[in-house]
Amino acid sequence: MNVIECRGLAKRYRRAWALRDCGLVIPEGHVVALVGPNGAGKTTLLNLAAGLFRPTAGDITVLGGQQPGSGAARVGIGFVSQDAPLYGHLRAGDMLALAGNLNITWSHERALARLADLRVPVDRKVRALSGGQRAQLALTIALAKRPRLLILDEPLARLDPLARHEFMASLMAEVAEEGLSVVFSSHVVAELERIADYLIVLNEGRLQLAGVVEDLLAVHRVLTGPENENALDAQRIAVVHTRKAGAQTHLLVRNSAPGAPAPEGWQSDPASLEDLVLGYLRDPDARMLPGPAMAASAGGPAVTP
Amino acid sequence: MTIDKGSNASPAGAATDPAAITSPIGFRLDPASGVPTYLQLVHQVEQALRVGHLKEGDRLPTVKEAVESLAINPNTVLKAYRELEHRGLAVGKPGQGTFIAGTLPRVGLAEQAALRKSLLEWLRVADDAGLDSEGIAALFAASLRDFLDGRDEERARRGKDRRATRRQSRASRVSGEVA
Repeated sequence: MNVIECRGLAKRYRRAWALRDCGLVIPEGHVVALVGPNGAGKTTLLNLAAGLFRPTAGDITVLGGQQPGSGAARVGIGFVSQDAPLYGHLRAGDMLALAGNLNITWSHERALARLADLRVPVDRKVRALSGGQRAQLALTIALAKRPRLLILDEPLARLDPLARHEFMASLMAEVAEEGLSVVFSSHVVAELERIADYLIVLNEGRLQLAGVVEDLLAVHRVLTGPENENALDAQRIAVVHTRKAGAQTHLLVRNSAPGAPAPEGWQSDPASLEDLVLGYLRDPDARMLPGPAMAASAGGPAVTP
Repeated sequence: MTIDKGSNASPAGAATDPAAITSPIGFRLDPASGVPTYLQLVHQVEQALRVGHLKEGDRLPTVKEAVESLAINPNTVLKAYRELEHRGLAVGKPGQGTFIAGTLPRVGLAEQAALRKSLLEWLRVADDAGLDSEGIAALFAASLRDFLDGRDEERARRGKDRRATRRQSRASRVSGEVA
């Protein structure tokens, strides 16, 4: 099953396009990081998947062909928006009861047990909780309906490092136990490598990169070498991004043949997730997206430099 | 998995209840090492086996336990455990967890201390010769690679002889019993 599938998806607010020509197939069972600068269209894409917006053009389906916002999609998707909307004047326990009454599927005991595990006081008013506790309460509400897909918009943005670790640790434990798929957006790149196994890079409303992290890392290298990189042209190496530092040049390159030796005079190192994300974001025209045939194409992902 | 959430509605009773058998080890990560996360887990299990913190039959942390302490993707832990199974060091039992099923040559604490001492002496010589820490690390890594390559070749060469010797000694033992 594919948790999110879209073709030619686009969204326009008045005159500005927030998202253009977005084609994606995300299989289930992944923890997907959606990365990009502010205004890249991350929230738009997530809101379209949650069924809060309608596309201007193209189409999007969730959970194996369901229409976003349909009954089946609403039951199967847990969604926490950026500002984690909770009522500040309610006690945490009452907030939970309210959410329970608004959902068709709901496991109240499970939610209470989770809050107790995380030591979130249910008798305290929501606005008196710490940022980390509020984030955990919002996540608990989203999980209590036992979704197949959890969509989180910037869940880590306002959490301190310890709260971030605790939030992600408890989320990953849910993934391990329930096998649910997670799609979350973030502009913090450094911590993604441990958590995400599927990466989507979105920039200026367009997709730049999408795929399983391991596969993406396997076909990219960082080359360090002489100032003049023109020698590489002859070898038809696709350069994603070039960074010059004095006498050295750092290149993020795509390997057509993984395991091929480094070109002469260049040192070849494995690329990190951060290298990938920053390399692509700095060069908005660079793209590497799976073709329509996806896994069927033996030639690997289509390359459009 | 194995953790019973039961009908624990009362917050007091829902305190963390460890699984029946807890693992003797816990994992940690070094994000700066550059070693892939799953390999770090594999290395830690191997190291624990070497120094005796883990022995055959011990349970490794469940995927949930590992994920909860490290905040990492569960697939990473699964990949590490698959790798350990592939290396013949662990075996997964459905519904129970992953257990140590093999051994690595153990090095005694005294022996380790002696090795460490001789290594420190070598380090002092290297330092006197003007090598900095990167130079030392690079030299060590290169020497280790050469040594292992050479040893593997040697073993492959000697393997045939050794098998022949073993056959011979078994034959003589059998003949001895008969006599």
